Amino acid sequence: MKGQLGMAGLGLAALLSMGSAASAQDADKLVINGDLEMTTRAPAPEGLPFEEVISGWHFREDETQALETDDFDNPGMLMVERGQDLWNEVQGAAGKSCASCHGEAAESMKGVGAKTPFWSAEAKRPVNLELQINQCRTERMQAEPYKFDDPDQIAMVSFVRFQSRGMPVKLDLDQGDMKAWWERGKELYYTRFGQLDFSCASCHEQNAGKYLRADYLSQGQINGFPTYRLKDATLISTHNRFKGCVRDTRAEPFQPLSDEFMALEVYVAWRGTGLAVETPAVRH
Amino acid sequence: MAANVKPRVRVPKTASKDEVIVIKTLINHEMETGLRKDKDGKIIPRQIINKFTAEFNGQKVFEADLEPAISANPYFEFSVKVPESGTMKFTWVDDNGSSYTEEQKIEVQ
Repeated sequence: MKGQLGMAGLGLAALLSMGSAASAQDADKLVINGDLEMTTRAPAPEGLPFEEVISGWHFREDETQALETDDFDNPGMLMVERGQDLWNEVQGAAGKSCASCHGEAAESMKGVGAKTPFWSAEAKRPVNLELQINQCRTERMQAEPYKFDDPDQIAMVSFVRFQSRGMPVKLDLDQGDMKAWWERGKELYYTRFGQLDFSCASCHEQNAGKYLRADYLSQGQINGFPTYRLKDATLISTHNRFKGCVRDTRAEPFQPLSDEFMALEVYVAWRGTGLAVETPAVRH
Repeated sequence: MAANVKPRVRVPKTASKDEVIVIKTLINHEMETGLRKDKDGKIIPRQIINKFTAEFNGQKVFEADLEPAISANPYFEFSVKVPESGTMKFTWVDDNGSSYTEEQKIEVQ
């Protein structure tokens, strides 16, 4: 991987403390509630410079890891429970709840979160859970769409994605124009932005596993999103995290749910192909 | 938020005599400190869980006074020794006067 570092990459490497990267990602096994074994390492999809894709869980210290192994200890589960309540709550002029059409989420939503973002024939674009839920709300429930990152939106997205917990991430890129969106996302991933002139790859590909200040850089996988971040004490959505990352490069972030971030989500989700959905993951 | 307060406890259903068991409790609560202001600059009144108690067969075995610095969704984990079968009763007291309780039986084998 080091061979790929150009001049700019070398400058970056000097910026990042090299530290001892030997134990950046540990060999622990993630088992939830004592019986749900999670795939946290998988062979990398073709075209990635990694041998395997690794869940961000492996880059965190034992105490943080432990929080995710037990649903009672996982603070993100409170939001998932809130999502369960919302699922059954009638909202909007049509007098419907999610359950009115979709019944038991454990059955109807199983697998949905593992293939997001997916192609929407109606919208003629890839949609993630935020967009799909809002489409349901406005068209079927005649309710107000959620504002981005409304706590109820995060709860609902987490609840829906939670139904796929343990299932491997697998996008269907053959639908519609998914490939074009994937290409656009890839281009964004490798484009340098901001005063620091970083691309996503600068950190999460070329320097994954190394120290960034006191913290290990992960591969930037999104299989656990929405993720409970200890520093925020709440669940953080994928696009909020994208925004934070771009801001950290000292660039002007794209808008959440913009075409740019949707394309990026398509591409970044694909980079985690084979990893188990961990929603709600716990990170710091 | 207060409308949806729901306590959660994890207590082993069975134990051997005099065994020390681990109890986990969690309650979802905003724990509004009383120090924050809303959009109009008005103080948001304090509303926290101010007391938590655990009783075993009517006898207090654990108690905590909570202060505004304690973060949202307070979580307690503690150990108790169980000499006999009985019921653990947990009580959370809210600043607004309401209290939330949860009970669970332990059978000593």
